Amino acid sequence: MADVTLEVFRGNKEGGQAKQYSVPIAPGMVVLDALHYIQGHLEPDLAVRWNCKAAKCGSCSAEVNGRPRLTCKTRIDSLPHDKPITVYPIKSFPVIKDLVTDVSWNYQVNKKIQPFTPKKDVQWKMQQEDVDRVQEFRKCIECFLCQNVCHVLRDHHKKEEFGGPRFFVRVAGLEMHPLDGASRTKALKEELGIGYCNITKCCTEVCPEDIHITDNAIIPLKERVVDEYYDPIMRLVRKITGAS
Amino acid sequence: MNTKYETHEHDVLVIGAGGAGLRAAIEALAHGAKVAVVSKSLLGKAHTVMAEGGVAAAMSNVDKADSWRTHFRDTMRGGKFLNNWRMAQLHAQEAPDRVRELEQWGAIFDRTSDGEILQRAFGGHTYKRLCHVGDRTGLEMIRTLQDRGVSLGFDVFMECTIVKLLTDGNRIVGAFGYWRESGRFVVLKAKAVVIASGGIGKMYRITSNSWEYTADGMALAYEAGAELQDMEFVQFHPTGMVWPPGVQGILVTEAVRGEGGILRNKNGERFMEKYDPKRMELSTRDVVARSIYTEVREGRGSEHGGAYLDISHKPAEYVKSKLPSMYHQFKEFADIDITKQPMEVGPTCHYCMGGIRVEAETAQASLPGLFAAGEAAAGLHGANRLGGNSLSDLLVFGRRAGMAAAAYANKASAGAVHDDQIADAERAMLEPFERKDGENPYAIHRDLQETMQNLVGIFRVEEDLKKAVVELDKLKQRATRMRVEGSRLFNPGWHLSRDMRSMLTIAEIVTRSAVLRQESRGAHSRLDFPALDDKIWGKQNNVVSRDGDNVNIRQVPTKELPPELQQILDEDK
Repeated sequence: MADVTLEVFRGNKEGGQAKQYSVPIAPGMVVLDALHYIQGHLEPDLAVRWNCKAAKCGSCSAEVNGRPRLTCKTRIDSLPHDKPITVYPIKSFPVIKDLVTDVSWNYQVNKKIQPFTPKKDVQWKMQQEDVDRVQEFRKCIECFLCQNVCHVLRDHHKKEEFGGPRFFVRVAGLEMHPLDGASRTKALKEELGIGYCNITKCCTEVCPEDIHITDNAIIPLKERVVDEYYDPIMRLVRKITGAS
Repeated sequence: MNTKYETHEHDVLVIGAGGAGLRAAIEALAHGAKVAVVSKSLLGKAHTVMAEGGVAAAMSNVDKADSWRTHFRDTMRGGKFLNNWRMAQLHAQEAPDRVRELEQWGAIFDRTSDGEILQRAFGGHTYKRLCHVGDRTGLEMIRTLQDRGVSLGFDVFMECTIVKLLTDGNRIVGAFGYWRESGRFVVLKAKAVVIASGGIGKMYRITSNSWEYTADGMALAYEAGAELQDMEFVQFHPTGMVWPPGVQGILVTEAVRGEGGILRNKNGERFMEKYDPKRMELSTRDVVARSIYTEVREGRGSEHGGAYLDISHKPAEYVKSKLPSMYHQFKEFADIDITKQPMEVGPTCHYCMGGIRVEAETAQASLPGLFAAGEAAAGLHGANRLGGNSLSDLLVFGRRAGMAAAAYANKASAGAVHDDQIADAERAMLEPFERKDGENPYAIHRDLQETMQNLVGIFRVEEDLKKAVVELDKLKQRATRMRVEGSRLFNPGWHLSRDMRSMLTIAEIVTRSAVLRQESRGAHSRLDFPALDDKIWGKQNNVVSRDGDNVNIRQVPTKELPPELQQILDEDK
């Protein structure tokens, strides 16, 4: 059977370089299979994260031929074979080794978000049509590809002030939960910096779960922030009632 | 105490961050303990995330006649009555509350028309019982538990692998491990340890399990002196993908059959009519797996050596909404549109019914201070697990383990950590780097998988099993000569060299237990002993303990069922 050449980044935080490997092609093979072949037969210390191998856990993110992808979902036969397939770590996070990056920042951001807070005396009943939209957000597998392509993080490095698409999806899932009673608008504006997003939809394009991140999560959340902070009537109401 | 190592100290240390581990940690925190969770992967990536079909709980939202009694009976019948009946009782009684609790922590299940949690049919369950979120129930569960635990404030040690449980006398006092990222060692002192590290699937070639499933927790407990039980019972899920090769073994949820999927052979025959005409596709997993295997062996398999599973008679929109990830999985990996074409499926190693022997109420193992829950523990499922009973198991016994561990830690004094144990473990970890030449751990792993797949699979026979014991011994010899290249920085070859030791230890125990059980029961099918033996083997468990370098297996009688539970089993429906 024919071989395919992969060009894989090998290195660590100090630097590194791409190295080429020839891998025999099997039917239906995905990039992660090829990386496993390299690990199992050529270089056992090639560092790769993976778990489910079925696009359900979001561990194996990388940049394949320059595009952020789940390597477990990227079929070798969908890529041109006339030149090497390049596999690089996702760019927005510091490299630990080879394809493994330090994504711990994401877990820190998550801690800033107020968890599900049920309304008082709530009846635990919900209608399917009311939960459909929230379920879309809860499909997120935390592959962080959206974080990787978001230019606020990737190019402008605003990790201190900005939460990133993944966490707007999480907040949307909480804010639109039919039984949740908390408001996270202040945190969206001040801690997660939703204003930095200028809705270029890069995140939506790479989402392997097809979550409409920009349209269904970010834009409605931006509207909430605007309503609360910039709507003159609401400001007046706040002034009268003394609410902050 | 040695100051050479990074050291952390907690009341309760939970090893494993899947459903059982997170639920245990949440409960231990709620009881005032200082808690750490250790996870081989990043938080939220544990195997629970792959659970698809649902969590079994007799909520009676869809079928009003359901009750814990029926759930208890179904579980015992599915387990061929080898289950720890007390665990089966607690599980059936407590599962509905555990599901409601998840909802109160923010989980969003699919709904009935009157706004309750929707439940679906599954194999071996008399009523529609599985609370679900499409076919991604596990993701919903793990995200809910993860967020709950983080907001309550447990410490999470991600990408950290435990290589040894530390003991003071026969008491557990902590664990020794390494950071996968840096390769540096770490000492985690704790008054109580909960093992919730899942199963053993990676010792088989065809498995639905991820790289993490290398029998660590069972091996750690066994090495430390705790007892294991029922290790011969390994579940082969009837429906894994069979084509293309790279996805062989990946799970095809039982929900496909729960939603009406039909199994056929290459002649178009609905073969389950032959094997279980009453329950058909929704028979228990052991029966369906053997049926598919038999069809293939007798020449009636599908193109790539499986069976056809067809849901295309249902409306396409229905299939896409009820089985979204199956739809994508087949479309993207196999170029199959399941709304139009049948899937090809075959058995895949999925779950270990055996594990650490525990007390039903407290999940306490046979060593003071050690607890176990979820797949790492034995008892609830007996000889065969019903689909959906794993997620409920994680919640019910995760909570019980966390509660008991916190109570134990509350009373226990801090034990002494012995430097010699740490030094031994460190030396063993570093040896593979020092060899100039030797075996590649990946090569030994491939050979282990072939051995287990071919000789200790769905159908077993003494000759094969004994051959496997010999082969495993050779593999163990080879493993003493493993060599690792590169540095300690995130080095998967090195990580695997440690995991191989766990897998080889437990593979031998699975095989030796299988030799001894001379009958066919649930997931353990002996061609040379095809019948159930209720007189002898129906009344005893294989209990495993370490005797120096030897595996000691003794037969321990099961506990007599109290009359009121016996009566439930005797009722017809």
